[in-house]
Amino acid sequence: MIPLNWLIIVSLVLFSIGIFGVIARRNLLFILMSLEIMLNAVALLFITGATLHPGVDGYIIYLLILALAAAEVAIGLALVITMYRRFGSLDVDLLAKMRG
Amino acid sequence: MIEIIFVITAVVAIICALITVTSHHVVHALLFMVILMLAIALLFFLLGASFAAALQVIIYAGAIMVLFVFVTMMLHQGLQSIEQEQQLFNWPTAWLPLLLVTVLLVEVAVILSSAVLVPPPELNQTTILVNAATHAVNTVSSTASSAISSSTSSSSSIATTKEIGVVLFGRYYQLIILTALMLLSALISAIHISQSAKSGANKS
Repeated sequence: MIPLNWLIIVSLVLFSIGIFGVIARRNLLFILMSLEIMLNAVALLFITGATLHPGVDGYIIYLLILALAAAEVAIGLALVITMYRRFGSLDVDLLAKMRG
Repeated sequence: MIEIIFVITAVVAIICALITVTSHHVVHALLFMVILMLAIALLFFLLGASFAAALQVIIYAGAIMVLFVFVTMMLHQGLQSIEQEQQLFNWPTAWLPLLLVTVLLVEVAVILSSAVLVPPPELNQTTILVNAATHAVNTVSSTASSAISSSTSSSSSIATTKEIGVVLFGRYYQLIILTALMLLSALISAIHISQSAKSGANKS
């Protein structure tokens, strides 16, 4: 049996790496990929909880996270393509000015 | 033995996540991210959640990564985008977020090590019986409820795909409807965003 602490530590490390990517990167595509890493860390934590407790609620939340990730990636990549068409680059600092 | 495999897989996952976040080449980052997804699927297998592991391989490493690769193939410009990316992300500008995130991680690790963690609850018989009774009350068909009560009381905490399906389409059928609405709205908004961008580019 894998100790619970190790699983929580691994999930937290992955989540921290995802937060670092979201904060430090300026390319929109890399920010989306960091968000995916964060979602995966949360899914790992949910599956850990689901295997520790009776019932299947954790797995159902995992399915919901999966559908959420698919929807988020679809909209996010549509936004990436829109930004590339309009600005010719994926630098999010170009979006700093909001021109109504 | 399982612990050794777990440690190796976790190290592979963390290294792949670091390379994904810090890479300058988009395609390299995507390929390392596929390895990250497969490592997480292996962690699910080690935990006993084989259905979740299969879904992780099929949907994450298959479908979502293919979407990313398609968009990357549309937008990538070879050496020019790599040079641009090296201007956008370099270590002299990234040390402050790295420091802040490391501080947060160390804080959480200290809290986690000092906290009294509840040990993994042993499955006593009363919990299982209460759980099975709840399932039996809430599921619609009597055969399904009898199946889930028998399987829940016989097996340990590892859920089979049948139990997941029975609960998902029994107790949580509203969740299915909401998820379908979410996916449909995501589809419509993705089409709308890309189409309005095209017409906007034509106008301006």
